[in-house]
Amino acid sequence: MVTIYIAFTIVNTFRNYKNIPFRATHPELIREGTMSEKRIIYLDHAATTPVKPSVADAMWPYMNDHFGNPSSIYRIARESKNAIETARAQVAKAVGAEPGEIYFTSGGSESDNWAIKGIAFANRKKGNHIITSAIEHHAVLHTCQYLEKEGFSVTYLPVDRSGLVSPPDLEKAITDKTILISVMYANNEIGTIEPVAELGAIARKHKIPFHTDAVQAIGNVPIDVKGQNIDLLSLSAHKFYGPKGIGALYIRKGMKIDNLIHGGGQENRRRAGTENIAAIVGLGKAIELATADIGWHNSHIRALRDRLLTGILEKIPYARLNGHPEKRLPGNLNVSFEFIEGESMLLWLDDEGICASTGSACTSGSLEPSHVLLAIGLPHEIAHGSLRLTLGDANTEADVDFVLEVLPKVVQKLRDMSPLYRKSGKEGGCNV
Amino acid sequence: MYSDKVMDHFKNPRNVGEIENPSGVGEVGNPVCGDIMNIYIKVENNVITDAKFKTFGCGAAIASSSMATELIRGKTLEEAWDISNKAVAEALEGLPPIKMHCSVLAEEGIHKAINDYRKKQGLEPWAEKNPHSHDHSGDSTCQP
Ligand SMILES: Cc1ncc(COP(=O)(O)O)c(C=O)c1O
Repeated sequence: MVTIYIAFTIVNTFRNYKNIPFRATHPELIREGTMSEKRIIYLDHAATTPVKPSVADAMWPYMNDHFGNPSSIYRIARESKNAIETARAQVAKAVGAEPGEIYFTSGGSESDNWAIKGIAFANRKKGNHIITSAIEHHAVLHTCQYLEKEGFSVTYLPVDRSGLVSPPDLEKAITDKTILISVMYANNEIGTIEPVAELGAIARKHKIPFHTDAVQAIGNVPIDVKGQNIDLLSLSAHKFYGPKGIGALYIRKGMKIDNLIHGGGQENRRRAGTENIAAIVGLGKAIELATADIGWHNSHIRALRDRLLTGILEKIPYARLNGHPEKRLPGNLNVSFEFIEGESMLLWLDDEGICASTGSACTSGSLEPSHVLLAIGLPHEIAHGSLRLTLGDANTEADVDFVLEVLPKVVQKLRDMSPLYRKSGKEGGCNV
Repeated sequence: MYSDKVMDHFKNPRNVGEIENPSGVGEVGNPVCGDIMNIYIKVENNVITDAKFKTFGCGAAIASSSMATELIRGKTLEEAWDISNKAVAEALEGLPPIKMHCSVLAEEGIHKAINDYRKKQGLEPWAEKNPHSHDHSGDSTCQP
């Protein structure tokens, strides 16, 4: 009875959403009533993205009529099974893989954990050396640190000032004990796109499995696992307008890899657990749309990003771009403002309805600023003053112009309060 | 994550600025750790008649500075010396554990400003009663 009631309520809530007109500022993505009355300018698409209405629509039947367990044999179960296989083909097509090489997981973190632990443990007899980069997501870094405790040794490749890993550095780091190379496709903080095909070619030459965390890259950069010599690739739906808690790992056919999640025989006996069908369908639909729209998406958000960057550098002195000027994700902007700290910037921006992010310690739950910003050689105090703005499909020029109106005031307000600004003799506009 | 009081002092910080010819200045913190606090005081007849601050730091650091200057205004030097980091945090209706160090900075800033004044007066600086008495609760310390 209770279940039926809950299901009924969910149905109604969902249906009601669909009848509400979308907001004028974000016609496609932001539904009325889901956010506060105040205008919200969402500029944190690297953190997560809203689910596209057409993706949510595609998911709905699998929380409703098609609820069958795909492992069962009756008709409604077969519908679930078919839906999963359609999604698998959609994901495969998006990255240039075979459907049989795609395994659904609970998201980017699980895919990274599986790829790294799975390859490491399966190849333990061959060697114990892993190569990764200093700027990986914590899902990779903390997994590698865990493996260090388990007797593996890990090389963390440095990056240059723009965040690039050097292919010759990789080649030099390889030993006869190296069993895995894992370098991210594109960085989540500074947006730098790594020379993945070259790194993959080196790994291939030495016959070492090559994994890439492409969580930030999907939908922004065309990916071809075969052409780019990628053996394992992690992706996560919520970064490209799909639902949270669902992702996939591409595993090239013939890879020797241990399971991470043990149990039932799902996912070709490689990843146990009753499938989250609705989410899998959402992932399939979202990746299909993301790769089909990639041209429009890229030019739209790149134009907005460039307008934002130009405006910021024009209006705010002592600001610098972090990351590579060209080899970066189209929607990523990461800037440091001298003399001020990032969290206080975010709080003021939030007050104006602008959602952003920072690499300052103060939001990371530790007192150290972002390892990525330190790895590109920023001094601590400059890393503390970083601001990440990541654009998305629903952003408009009006959004950018609003940020350009608000941000200089916020920066100035905090600088006026900062003893560093005074010390450096830059108070009162008599600088330049 | 922050209390209304913290947000109020962050958004409307009291006593921002510097005092010309201050009686004492306390400079604490480190840019490496992401916070620096400067506390300026004016002392007349052993009473803090004015207090101002300049701070580089997060919301909690700015709110703690603002609250600290409010708490010491009108107090005798002895009373101001006794204001603990805990009192600053409590006046702000609490700080998240990871941000307790901001209130510690505020206490240290007050102490430094008072001792700066005492030194200028040719007086012996007061000793920290117990340098480990701060309530860090959950705090991790930045090692520059
Ligand atoms: C580069 C990168 N890898 C992995 C993850 C983790 O993905 P998920 O949140 O799906 O576990 C993220 C998301 O924050 C990411 O940006």
